[in-house]
Amino acid sequence: MGDEKVVLLDFWPSPFGMRVRTALAVKGIKYEYKEEDLSNKSDLLLKMNPIHKKIPVLIHNGKPICESLIQVQYIDEIWPHKSPLLPTDPYQRAIAKFWADFVEKKIYDLGKKVWTTKGEEQEAAKKEFIACLKLLEGELGNKDYFGGENLGYVDVVLVPFYSWFYAYEKCGNFSIERECPKLIAWAKRCMEKDSVSKSLPDQQKIYGFVLHLRKVVGLSKILCLQHISRHC
Amino acid sequence: MGEEVKVFGYWASPYSYRAELALKLKGVSYEYINEDIFGNKSDLLLKYNPVHKKVPVLLHNGKPIVESVVILEYIEETWKHNPYLPQDPYDKATARFWIKFIDEKCFPTLWLAAWSSENEREKVTNEACEYMKTLESALNGKKFFGGETIGMVDIVASSVGYFIRVTQEIMGLNLLSADKFPQLFQWSEDFANCSIVKESLPPRDKLLPFVKGLIAKYQQDNAKA
Repeated sequence: MGDEKVVLLDFWPSPFGMRVRTALAVKGIKYEYKEEDLSNKSDLLLKMNPIHKKIPVLIHNGKPICESLIQVQYIDEIWPHKSPLLPTDPYQRAIAKFWADFVEKKIYDLGKKVWTTKGEEQEAAKKEFIACLKLLEGELGNKDYFGGENLGYVDVVLVPFYSWFYAYEKCGNFSIERECPKLIAWAKRCMEKDSVSKSLPDQQKIYGFVLHLRKVVGLSKILCLQHISRHC
Repeated sequence: MGEEVKVFGYWASPYSYRAELALKLKGVSYEYINEDIFGNKSDLLLKYNPVHKKVPVLLHNGKPIVESVVILEYIEETWKHNPYLPQDPYDKATARFWIKFIDEKCFPTLWLAAWSSENEREKVTNEACEYMKTLESALNGKKFFGGETIGMVDIVASSVGYFIRVTQEIMGLNLLSADKFPQLFQWSEDFANCSIVKESLPPRDKLLPFVKGLIAKYQQDNAKA
């Protein structure tokens, strides 16, 4: 196991990439991080993900694995004894996979609408976004983490969006903490762990990125941009 | 064994079909409950799937599992004989990749190609053909995506291999043709001819008018929008 080579092709603001960084960090796996310029994708990226040509791409001993949820599950299966992310019981696993799927279906797209739209569309997105976070709060219940006493699969899948919350709040002119205090408490609890705080960029940095995109590109074009494209 | 297994589904749904096929492949007996998803969803369905309120729902000893792919993985992990997902993590990741590709790219664009208007259809059809070409490459000379036997990718691809083929017949489209996609076409034939698949597929003569009605509804809704 000593000479495993793990490479991650990523883009620093991508919440999808952050999931993989966090999973690797939780497991204490050393890897080489390669920042991609999405306007000038590397040959390696195009070779390793020829179908989607998107980050993140996890390369393990030369073999590529694509799609962030698949990557996190792969990491959990390759290194099962170090801080397992998914439980062993099939029913508990199904619950975790359901909520990860829920995050995947809802949070990114709604969050994107919050910072790229205005007026009625934005209000509707904010409302639905908060409703989804409240459902997640319900699932969290009184647990410290979705995974129970330790970070689990759903924690790793959801926590990256916390780095984008400040940007959503500024663009949407609302407070996520006011609406979902339990979820923010959960996120801050996650951030107390190095594996999370070192894998996520600073919220201000993400907001700066959003402002830059809005200024340079213009709001209407943002929706088409590969930078923040859905399966990135 | 004292296991109680129920599936809440809809006879024409390609998603609820997946759950049924998986249970049949594992030889697990179950009670099937058909939900009136277009009319009146039962209280039980709403209780077991409060978040999405959709079929299929698998109920195992009173515990609900929802989302077809989550259900398939649950069935695989609970009844370990006749496995349909590889053991090797890399091969498993590859299967999951194709499943996502089918569900997010192939199936939606093929369905869209069936009911979209004349001027949109060409663009969507071209996109669908690209996806089918890519999906075909996953077969790589094998009989099934799972190799010699049906795997989880095959179960999910039934949406394309059967349901879409029926849809195309109605619309007079010939997207999944033998000359354009010989391997994929052959796969859909081999798949549909497996006895275990055949006995659980909704019958064509019932599915045809149903899909026809659904397409008309989509076109109507789209025209209004």
